[in-house]
Amino acid sequence: MVYPGLFPWLQSLNALAGGFFLLCAFGLVAVRQAQDCLRLFVAQSLFLCLSAFMLGILLHSSDLIVVGIIDFISKPVVIPWLLRRTVGGEVHTRREITQVFNIPTSLLIALALTIGAYLFAMPLLRAGNAGELIGSNLPIGLAGLLIGAFTMAVRREAVPMALALISMENSAFFAGIAIAPDFPLIAEVSIAFDVLILTFLIGLLTRAVHQQIGTTAVGELTELREANQS
Amino acid sequence: MNLILVLLFPMTAVLLSLLPLEKRFAPVVTLLTQIAVFGMALNLALQVSTGRTVIGLANWLELDGLSALVLLLVTFVALTAALFSWGYIFAHEKVARRIRFYYAQFNLFVFALVAVPVLVEPAFVWIAIEFTAMFSVLLVAFGNTHEALEAAWKYIVLMFIGAVIALLGFLILFWAQKNAGGGLYTWEGLRLSAAHMSPVLLKTAFLLILVGFGTKVGFVPLHTWLPDAHSQAPAPVCSLLSAIKTTVALYAILRLLPLLPNAPIDIWMQTIGLISVGVAAFLILQVRDYKRLFAFSTVEHMGIIFVAAGLGGKAGGYGALLQMLSHGLTKSFCFLAAGAVLLVFGTREIGEIRGLIRTSPVAGLALLFGALAIGGAPPFAVFLSEFSIFRAGVAQQHYLVISLLILFIVVAFFGILLHVTRMVFGKPAPVNAAAPGSVPFSCTLALVLAVVPVLVLGVYEPAPLHKLLTFAVSNLTGGMP
Repeated sequence: MVYPGLFPWLQSLNALAGGFFLLCAFGLVAVRQAQDCLRLFVAQSLFLCLSAFMLGILLHSSDLIVVGIIDFISKPVVIPWLLRRTVGGEVHTRREITQVFNIPTSLLIALALTIGAYLFAMPLLRAGNAGELIGSNLPIGLAGLLIGAFTMAVRREAVPMALALISMENSAFFAGIAIAPDFPLIAEVSIAFDVLILTFLIGLLTRAVHQQIGTTAVGELTELREANQS
Repeated sequence: MNLILVLLFPMTAVLLSLLPLEKRFAPVVTLLTQIAVFGMALNLALQVSTGRTVIGLANWLELDGLSALVLLLVTFVALTAALFSWGYIFAHEKVARRIRFYYAQFNLFVFALVAVPVLVEPAFVWIAIEFTAMFSVLLVAFGNTHEALEAAWKYIVLMFIGAVIALLGFLILFWAQKNAGGGLYTWEGLRLSAAHMSPVLLKTAFLLILVGFGTKVGFVPLHTWLPDAHSQAPAPVCSLLSAIKTTVALYAILRLLPLLPNAPIDIWMQTIGLISVGVAAFLILQVRDYKRLFAFSTVEHMGIIFVAAGLGGKAGGYGALLQMLSHGLTKSFCFLAAGAVLLVFGTREIGEIRGLIRTSPVAGLALLFGALAIGGAPPFAVFLSEFSIFRAGVAQQHYLVISLLILFIVVAFFGILLHVTRMVFGKPAPVNAAAPGSVPFSCTLALVLAVVPVLVLGVYEPAPLHKLLTFAVSNLTGGMP
């Protein structure tokens, strides 16, 4: 049992974790090196764990603590390891990765998406009689989801795209731990397992693409189009 | 008990397929498993058709009318696909390790597909649907060519984005139920507490799940993975992907309809459905690859089912479910026929194939039958189901929707026949020397097996099936008379 006087502090800490979580999502759009993407992803996953621990204490939910521990093991540790094992050296490269938009434009769009997420979340928060915890986690989760999708759209390299994908899942979870803290634990474990399968498959595919085609810029694969099939 | 066994059998088959034994071991195990699973599903469906829900594990594994219908479809298509795989994979693949790998993946994929209808807890249904995608990625990439890898990449990315969006939807649904006083987080539990849930949360959850799973169903404009994956995957896998993987995702969306009896979602469903039907119909006209042709036809049919479900009421629901069944059966037959053509000619290009019926009467007849059946010509099953949808629409005075639907279906019908008749008739074109050249016996047998329900359901609806459909419609409309 936690001393009640600590609660406001824990709440602030949760809000702070949310802020940094969102910041990492912005970083994933903007950074130029594959390795930085991985570092930001690890940081984002750690903030997700932090938020899960805070909420677990505040809501007296042991499930959330377990979710936090599972995330702590799977995302910052296993996923980078899996990517290194399957993709190999590509994760370590400091090579600049290309983007469709330049960085300021990408950041501005990410900002617009965040504002959109807050506007979208407002009626939901009202309808759900949401308290402060949901009020901080749901909009950030939504914003992270949208920014992750946007990152997917602008990235061309396999590893940063994969990390953007998993960051979308991070964001859905970030909202989920607040709005559905007693979501069945087995489901959460299976979802974490699913993300590991995804990482493994993406790693395999990336390696196969690298061997077959000699690039990991999967965004530039455009053989399969109606027009090309004449 | 049977409900647990239908899950255990494919899982055991996965492990057995991986054993490094004689190269026919994995296909034998797979085929026997699919026969057993189909037998159990048939038995379960007969029990359900008496109007009672079969319970395997209360609140975990249950089978009502709608899920029994989907289970029956899944297991039958998996059976024909397993039989077709026998000849198809041996003709294309000589390395024993790759053959074992194929069958292990195949069984894993079937396991996930079977799990969707028998699970009743939405969070687990979400996982099962997500696993159907994860376990089929390597099957799409099986060819290991540039195109196959590109298709697999596009497939995995879009599937996961869809899954994450749907996940948020299910989380919001859970939140809405908890705010409404809690209850069991199962399809039935949700239906019971739906009346007390906040409409805003409920509609948001539905919308997120619609977009998320809509990606997996292949609604326009989220369909882009579909033709790519279908042109690249081995034919039996296409048959699973197109006939049942899209269907189980649609099933999960349809499961939410009883939660929203008063929300104005009918018009959304009709619009989304019509856009898919229309766009697919015109895309069919310009394809150059016959597997992509059938893939676009899947987009079209998913749209038709969604329009029918959007018409609402018993008649609309009946039309939608009958269409779901007849499309699944017919489309699996079409992809098996396409696989037979690929075996004979070794090319996917429509323009390079002429006189198919003379080069290989089996493949030619199958393709022609498939095209007529999926286009909706009588006396095949799709004709009957489409007709019941038109009747439901006219009875409810949705004249504009039905006119547009008929227009698009006619365009698609002519598009499909235009391409297929060009391939089937005429002076035989030279075949690709690298192609196996003939249709193996097991593939012919699979085609015969697959065409039986397509023909039978076009002229006759067995009484237990009719009862099962009626029960399923009551699940869809939330018990509404």
